[in-house]
Amino acid sequence: MNALRDGIGGFARETIKTFKLLARNKMGLFGFVMTLVIVLLSFVGPIIWQPETSANVADINQGPSEKHFLGTDFQGQDNLRKVINGGKDIVITAFLTGIIATLLAVTVGAFSAFVGGRVDSALMELVNIWMTIPKFPLLAVIATVIKLNDPVTLSLLMAFLDWPGLSRQVRAQVLSLKKRDYIEAATMLDLGTRQIIFREILPNMMSFIAVSTIFTMTFAIYQQTGLVFLGIVPYSGANWGVMISAAERRGVLYTAAASWSIIAPIGAIVLFQLALISFARSLEEVFNPRLRTSV
Amino acid sequence: MAVTSQTQPQTFSLLARIERITSNYVLRRIVKAMFTIWVVVTITFFVVRAMPGNAVDILIQDLTAQGFSADEALNQAASLMGIDLNQPAHEQYLDYLANVVRGDFGKSYRSRGLNVADMIAQVLPWTLFSVGLSLAITFIIGIALGALIAYARDTWFDHLISNIAATLDAVSPYLIGLLAILLLGVTWKIIPFSEMRGALSPGIQPEFSLEFFADAFSHVKVLLLVYVLASVGSWILIMKSNTIATLGEDYVTAARARGLSDFRILTAYVGRNATLPLFTRLAISIGFAVGGSLLLERLFAYRGVGFLLADSLGNRDYPVMQGVFLVITFAVVFSNLIADFLYGWLDPRIRIAGGGN
Repeated sequence: MNALRDGIGGFARETIKTFKLLARNKMGLFGFVMTLVIVLLSFVGPIIWQPETSANVADINQGPSEKHFLGTDFQGQDNLRKVINGGKDIVITAFLTGIIATLLAVTVGAFSAFVGGRVDSALMELVNIWMTIPKFPLLAVIATVIKLNDPVTLSLLMAFLDWPGLSRQVRAQVLSLKKRDYIEAATMLDLGTRQIIFREILPNMMSFIAVSTIFTMTFAIYQQTGLVFLGIVPYSGANWGVMISAAERRGVLYTAAASWSIIAPIGAIVLFQLALISFARSLEEVFNPRLRTSV
Repeated sequence: MAVTSQTQPQTFSLLARIERITSNYVLRRIVKAMFTIWVVVTITFFVVRAMPGNAVDILIQDLTAQGFSADEALNQAASLMGIDLNQPAHEQYLDYLANVVRGDFGKSYRSRGLNVADMIAQVLPWTLFSVGLSLAITFIIGIALGALIAYARDTWFDHLISNIAATLDAVSPYLIGLLAILLLGVTWKIIPFSEMRGALSPGIQPEFSLEFFADAFSHVKVLLLVYVLASVGSWILIMKSNTIATLGEDYVTAARARGLSDFRILTAYVGRNATLPLFTRLAISIGFAVGGSLLLERLFAYRGVGFLLADSLGNRDYPVMQGVFLVITFAVVFSNLIADFLYGWLDPRIRIAGGGN
């Protein structure tokens, strides 16, 4: 019991410490809070503000008002409510892609760095080749053949296309960490490869891995909404990408009155991407004490 | 005895020559580029022909739905894609490779009778023009601003530019494009976007005249602006950190101690060394820009390869789709090759390290 209490207490103390560090950087705090708000709103919001099912002919294409904070769209539906209901798919796909791509990249990168020799150079040649192929066009072409109607398949495909760049960076990091004194000491103590990777090397790469995951996430948001915009992924229901392409197809870009129905989803995506990136930059500080002292 | 001692150096020099050829940096890079292209062509073959539910199957389904009999549909699809569908798969693959080598990408399915290769040849120059020009502008602005804020570190100017750069870097390019249309076309009404569709105004012929260049530029200017805005952020940030790192090097301190002027240190010592790593990034951003052209050219109705690809994706015009995708990849691989040579030429260390492996 005591051990459990200590464990919980220690965890709480660590969490509070992390928050204090996060709070020191205003941009980072903004990013963290904003990410949290967007994720919460996207999952809890739809329960409270359910999507409208009928059109309101009286309030078509209005600007912001007290009744509709972000105006209304071509069907007279509230833009804010649509934005709240349209985030879930985007958030799920972004997180899934980020996590899967990072797992792949860390596994291959660390393996390559540890094995070395011919296997290492062959793997890195393959990674280099994979990196020259333009990802987004390839994704778009594949998407016309495979049905990508659910977030999981799309995430798997995007992660599979996106991991190589990251794995090259992971390899470089592992190689440079391997040369550090404390790793050489651990090797001499014969602590075992697994122990060295998981206890000595990976913790020292956490900031780098977290930041890279987040960058992959923003790229996933870009690709996913881009596919919808091109009309290749027929996402059912409302998400931010669908909102943008629906508004664009109705010529909203050329009529000032209706512009709020495209500004709302663009704003949501931009805010999400910005929040993620500023969170990533402050995470670097939390994990890396050397950066902290210089603030 | 005398004979053997004479032949031995000869065999040695022959071996050395072979080794010199295989370890030749330029040759190795060219072989790698060819291999990359082969990988892409093979992937495309899988998507088009070998994957379950592949493009040819969809095409045949589509044609039968239009009222063609099964045989006719098969023949139609075969003639559009330029492969004999009755052959075994590996022979189809070899035919496919041969067609690609000849530059034969089949015929368009939607625009009947048009050769895919001709369609691409018509639009490719516009993408090369817009992407190339925007990369050059971005590279120059990014290097200049990045170096500048590295020198003015921790001033308000540095914070302002760094924050703007970080924001631009985070936002997707086509969202910047949408915002540009909203602001320039709808809110401020500076640019009449409906007149700017296409790469040239109707009636203007490509020729060496002021009128032609002015028209081409007026059609591309907003697209250029968006390309630059979308990619300049990361260039600025990377150049800033490279410059800061270089400023801390011993040889810069030594140059200062020798009393060299700041300008000389900036151009000959700091600038050169901080810019070098950016050349490898140039290669990556070419691919990124070409990928982005798919969305941006479609958004601005600029008739380049991105527009053609977006169009064929929407129409499920598989012959055009695969042709454009292959050409885009060739272009990216080729520009990577050039960027690598440029880098090797600028930095001899790369050539030696690459050859010694």
